[in-house]
Amino acid sequence: MSSEKKFVPFQGTKEQEEQLRKVIADHKGQRGALMPVLQQAQEIYGYLPAEVQQIISDEMKIPVSKICGVVTFYSFYSLYPKGKYRISVCLGTACYVKGSNKIYDKLQEVLGINSGECTPDGKFSLEACRCIGACGLAPVMMINDDVHGRLTPDCVEDILAKYE
Amino acid sequence: MVHLKIDGIPVEVEENTTILQAARQYGIEIPTLCHLEDVLPNGSCRLCVVEVTNNGRTRFITACTMPCTEGDEVQTKSEQVIKHRKTTLDLMLSDHRVHCFSCEANGDCKLQEYCFEYGVDATSYEGKRNDDIPIDDSNKFFTYDRSLCILCHRCVNTCQEIVGRGAIDTLNRGFNTKIGAHYLYDWDQGICESCGNCVQACPTGALSMKRRKKYRPYQVEKKVLTTCPHCATGCQYYLIVKDGKIVDTEAYDGPSNKGLLCVKGRNGSFDFVHSPDRIKYPLIKNKETGEFERASWDEALDLVASKFMEIKKQYGPDSLAGFACSRSPNEDIYMVQKMVRTCFGTNNTDNCARVCHSASVAGLYMTLGSGAMTNPIEDITRNSELIMLVGSNPEEAHPVVGMQIRQALKRGCKLIVADPRDIGFAKQADIHLKLKPGTNVAFANGIMHVIIEEGLQDEKFIAERTEGYEKIKEIVKEYTPEKVAEICHIDADDLRKAAIMYAKAERAPIIYCLGVTEHSTGTEGVMSMSNMALLVGKLGRPGCGVNPLRGQNNVQGACDMGAQPTDFPGYQKVAAPGVVEKFEKAWGVPLSHEVGTHATDVFPKAITKEIRGLYIYGEDPVVTDPDTSHIIKALESLDFFVIQELFMTETAQYADVILPGVSYAEKEGTFSNTERRVQRVRKAVTVEGEMRLDTDIIIDLMNRMGYPQPHLTSAQIMDEIASVTPSFAGISHERLDSEEVAGKGLQWPCPSKDHPGTPIMHVGKFTRGLAWFYPAEYVPSAEVPDDDYPIILMTGRILYHYTTRAMTGRTPELMEIEGKSFIEMNIEDANKLGIANGDRVKVSSRRGSIESTARVGTKTSPGESWMPFHFPDGNANWLTNAALDKYARIPEYKVCAVKIEKA
Repeated sequence: MSSEKKFVPFQGTKEQEEQLRKVIADHKGQRGALMPVLQQAQEIYGYLPAEVQQIISDEMKIPVSKICGVVTFYSFYSLYPKGKYRISVCLGTACYVKGSNKIYDKLQEVLGINSGECTPDGKFSLEACRCIGACGLAPVMMINDDVHGRLTPDCVEDILAKYE
Repeated sequence: MVHLKIDGIPVEVEENTTILQAARQYGIEIPTLCHLEDVLPNGSCRLCVVEVTNNGRTRFITACTMPCTEGDEVQTKSEQVIKHRKTTLDLMLSDHRVHCFSCEANGDCKLQEYCFEYGVDATSYEGKRNDDIPIDDSNKFFTYDRSLCILCHRCVNTCQEIVGRGAIDTLNRGFNTKIGAHYLYDWDQGICESCGNCVQACPTGALSMKRRKKYRPYQVEKKVLTTCPHCATGCQYYLIVKDGKIVDTEAYDGPSNKGLLCVKGRNGSFDFVHSPDRIKYPLIKNKETGEFERASWDEALDLVASKFMEIKKQYGPDSLAGFACSRSPNEDIYMVQKMVRTCFGTNNTDNCARVCHSASVAGLYMTLGSGAMTNPIEDITRNSELIMLVGSNPEEAHPVVGMQIRQALKRGCKLIVADPRDIGFAKQADIHLKLKPGTNVAFANGIMHVIIEEGLQDEKFIAERTEGYEKIKEIVKEYTPEKVAEICHIDADDLRKAAIMYAKAERAPIIYCLGVTEHSTGTEGVMSMSNMALLVGKLGRPGCGVNPLRGQNNVQGACDMGAQPTDFPGYQKVAAPGVVEKFEKAWGVPLSHEVGTHATDVFPKAITKEIRGLYIYGEDPVVTDPDTSHIIKALESLDFFVIQELFMTETAQYADVILPGVSYAEKEGTFSNTERRVQRVRKAVTVEGEMRLDTDIIIDLMNRMGYPQPHLTSAQIMDEIASVTPSFAGISHERLDSEEVAGKGLQWPCPSKDHPGTPIMHVGKFTRGLAWFYPAEYVPSAEVPDDDYPIILMTGRILYHYTTRAMTGRTPELMEIEGKSFIEMNIEDANKLGIANGDRVKVSSRRGSIESTARVGTKTSPGESWMPFHFPDGNANWLTNAALDKYARIPEYKVCAVKIEKA
């Protein structure tokens, strides 16, 4: 059952770890401190990699399985960093009717990742969104601030190729 | 009290009782798949839904989460309720792979049972299923199959709340929810200890023991309730027998295990019974070839009896000795010591408590009058505010006690750990005093110094119930926290804090183990534990006491039964007036009045030829005793050496005759657990071969040696024990099997047939009368590090094996988890020596040298190392020092000096 996913290598700095330990120290002895600590850890690192979860587990004396349970339950917590290029595919009504789910599937296939994840090289992250107000161009996706409209599954690879 | 009606029956219950609990109190069955006793209601399965009408308003509510309200009218089986339950089951089946024919849980599945009861055979909600998630079979003993999981969370709650390990949790959300250790790795990569309590809690086949593939519940021939043969917790379980073979175990809700088992009890307690390498017939060593040859029982028994009698005639009774097995039943042990005393004519009898807790037996006898755990496990883990854990690692050595201590911590109990290693509990402790090995007396004196300095001693208790206070007060004056900090390598303020916390806690037990006893000053270490408790009056009442966790399943019993050179059964002293005469009268022959030789002194005496004949029942001193080469030399020096064994152990190879006995699963009897609880051992199977009941072997030998001993059953032997042992006078198999005792055992002292047993000792009065403060001074260990051997070596046990591995080593999965020798060392030492984690190293002491694998880290302090003694590929006992304690003759396993080099 092991996940065979490749993760972006952890690149946390000493400064980030110090910040995290301070956050944990500030919450010491408080009941229900795990959620706020995780939230602030995500602010520090941008996401919650396994290494960060382990530090929190050791420091707060909470089993890592429990932390995994919380992190994987709430959609707010992310296990993946955001990529250099953040792809958002609109699955709003208009785009969906125009077949944006096919674009979305194609992106997952080409990038080899699922929704919410990031390619191991840290380049692309993928997520779905609901309507970006460009229904006239449906189906659309955004890569960082660029809007790409009137998409077909076939043009996905050409578009990605433009981003280095 | 709250009043309500359930199915029309008037019910009266305490406030905050849930409807489910109320119904159960009145024998009304409400179905549930997720409810776990003693854990907060989960409310996840929704099957316990009931119809509740109050003030004209009707609601459908889960009975497990809803407290009873005055005037509730509860319907547990109304038409609507049944309809709701059917829908719930129907929905469960929508994501449950229904393959009952081939499912391991078939016939033992709550979901199947309820579907049958409510007439649900298939789901009407066809759709996507979690069928494609691969089964996680990474754990050695069990598998997790998401497609059968109903997400009731019983496993998670068991692991987190009852076992207290927290190895698994619910991962992901919605349809993708599953149970696991981590989203990145499999079950076995986490902190799971494979205790399998989660599997027993699973209502379906989602969590399933791998061995369940080999039998169906309806093929089970019988389930035999018995006592676990590993540590002294005394866990109760069923042995599951199919076709005359034990195929599985199932935990029983016993008084000391509360329905829990550990990895060894659940998985490592029956493979060895059916192991093909059991010795199946008597063996006599051919003197010329040195090979063992098959013999008949008559040949073997005649030889043994005649040889011992020959030696006795030529060199006197004291040239013989016989050791009893601390893992065998009380009845067997009683007969061994009776044989030694009546036939050999000596008190040279002992058991392996000599090398583990003899210091507790001697020490607590001297200070309190009784050398045993003062309070029950349930009491010290449920009623305590603080636990002082000294030299004890119950999470590994007494795992089910460890689980109950974890529960105590969850309830808010404080914990002080005094241990040289970062054991699991050290991380959870409020204070961890990482003592230098061998400094327990200094530590205890330091604690007492602070308590007296702060005026926290219990003057009334001291005045009324103790003696010797002035002297100890004088002694501990010298032990300032600063001085103790220097001796013990700890922080003076931590010591102060610990002393004050312990003294101020209303109910605080001291729990200790071999870290206290296995020193050349072990008995003084033990008496220092009782000194601390006496100073603050924490004895003779609930949630307190001085509690040695005994080692083997029946090491308490082996001492109780008089397999000691100083004591007849029930600690009746050889040296005390009238005792020998009493037993001469009972047994009808003259007995020796001389105190016998301790087991640890028998070996040196064998070398000097003062001991010439030795009978060992079920011990393996070549593996377990310190300084292996010296033990081998001793065994080789003997004129005649007989061993009664299950397997060809390292020690058996030196024997002249091997007599094959039977295991705990093949006989009746009793074990006494660490809390003095006498519990039944029951026969589950007969293994093919010429092996004989151990008591029959002994009795046959006794008769051949001229003592007319009639053949007795185990129950009859216990009656004889009761007749000569006042503290066992009220104990019999009949009573232990009766409804009155009902699987709870009896805790000695139990002086009469109507006595309920004694859970807490020394209430109101000590066995000794007044308890005694022993004037203990710190003395350094016998062998301290120097330039040649600069590192201290401690030895101990790990979770997955029990001492010699004669039993656990025959469960292949346990050997796969941990099967090789290793040594834990500190990273600073390792760096200096150029040793990396996982390197092969050579470890040497003045006595020997072995190879092992380094585990480098900070678990031990710089200058210290630790090794288990389970593994023959590098057994620590080639290195350990046989320096003996002056009172108990216990060896100093916990401190010797070694040198570690890269191999």
